[in-house]
Amino acid sequence: MSSNAYKPPETLHSPVMMQPSMYQGFMATVKRDSLIAIRHRGEMANPLMFFLMVITMVPLGISPEAAVLASLAPGMIWVVALLATLLSLDSLFRGDFEDGALEQLLVSPQPLYFQVLAKVLVHWLTTGLPLTLMAPVLGVMLSLPEAGYWPLMASLFLGTACLSLVGSIGAALTVALRKGGLLLSLIIMPLYVPILIFGASAVSSAIDGFPIVGQLAMLGAFLAAAVVLAPLAAAGALRISVNG
Amino acid sequence: MSQTATAEPAIPRVGKPLLELRNLHCERDERLLFSGLNLSLYSGSIVQVEGPNGSGKTSLLRLLTTTSVDYQGEILWRGVPLAQSRLDYLNHLLFVGHLPGIKKALSPRENLAWFSGLNSGHQRCSVESALSEVGLFGFEDVPCFHLSAGQLRRVALARLFLTPAQVWVLDEPFTAIDKQGVANLERLMGEHAAGGGCVVLTTHQELAMPQVQKLNLMDFRELCNAHEVEDSHEFEGNLYE
Repeated sequence: MSSNAYKPPETLHSPVMMQPSMYQGFMATVKRDSLIAIRHRGEMANPLMFFLMVITMVPLGISPEAAVLASLAPGMIWVVALLATLLSLDSLFRGDFEDGALEQLLVSPQPLYFQVLAKVLVHWLTTGLPLTLMAPVLGVMLSLPEAGYWPLMASLFLGTACLSLVGSIGAALTVALRKGGLLLSLIIMPLYVPILIFGASAVSSAIDGFPIVGQLAMLGAFLAAAVVLAPLAAAGALRISVNG
Repeated sequence: MSQTATAEPAIPRVGKPLLELRNLHCERDERLLFSGLNLSLYSGSIVQVEGPNGSGKTSLLRLLTTTSVDYQGEILWRGVPLAQSRLDYLNHLLFVGHLPGIKKALSPRENLAWFSGLNSGHQRCSVESALSEVGLFGFEDVPCFHLSAGQLRRVALARLFLTPAQVWVLDEPFTAIDKQGVANLERLMGEHAAGGGCVVLTTHQELAMPQVQKLNLMDFRELCNAHEVEDSHEFEGNLYE
């Protein structure tokens, strides 16, 4: 350490200090979390492997008959996607809590709302989006009727984003508990029920030839509400968890 | 705020205090940590918080960093209660905690880029020169899990070079740092104070700087009544801080 490069803090009161850029803070967290997700690829693949394995087992365990599987497929894929998301939620804030990064986030001049939103966005990009993209392949395995593919992807696209957002509340509430996994599921499950109902019913209605605009509109409304409210609740919960 | 004289070892008292603690009372798990704590931090102050393990040093720093609000009394930032001036205060605060928030999967450069992004890119020097200042030249792109404990601590302390923040709150900054590093860090804190900043730190190490103000938390425990003191002594063997 040499002293020549050190500049005394002359700029302590420069007016630029007064305006922290939310966009920059948001992007910094998105970038950092994406990098961490890429470095820990194995962890990222866990929920996807779970999704794949359960769906592979269904024909073996129940019946390989196409007619039986086709009637099960929409609900089955949705339930497993939901559980896979739930599996991955516990680690949403845990790493940051354990190494002090969460404290740094609270102490930073950034609004916690956007920081939570950034973390949830990365969570969705690394779980919800891959699940959505994988779903048609699993649909083939469960002989999902042709009319069900696009509705399945559309409903999962909207639905998994809701799952990540709503789940962040539970993850934030239980982050300080050493064994929060079960409690997290209990808190979050009831909130997931409406998303599951509308998501699965969108796919089965499409297969039966009914319009699904209503279900997708409901999922869209859930998503809009979740984007606005869930990070607020999660940010509050994080403050309580760190305070405790 | 005007600059303080650098040569004088006396505690500088220039202008209004930056941060003021008034009659602070803090309990944790029904155990009194301190009571009647008054402290004014001026630009140029360096305060070393002392006390045995479990005396509430970290709790005090948590109050100062607004991550905990379990207290009675007042904390004022430039004369305004923290509740109203929180964002402005956080804008001027640098906190390096006991757990410094360094991600082991990322390189030092990526770690510091995140901190600088949270501060909207306001920094005094480049990430590279901050890292070379703390003796990590050539380690910029090595994943942090390859670094030693001391080197990890240095990554966290590189933020001191980066940040234009005025108030530094440092929890055990000397942990795992070698002798030369400690000397450099002390000099850096001295320069920061001379430049108009203020520093609050906890450490069990004796600091060589003459202008350090010492704050022993045990002094603020004896103010409370004898019954509570007895209670608090029961827990003294506890490592919980």
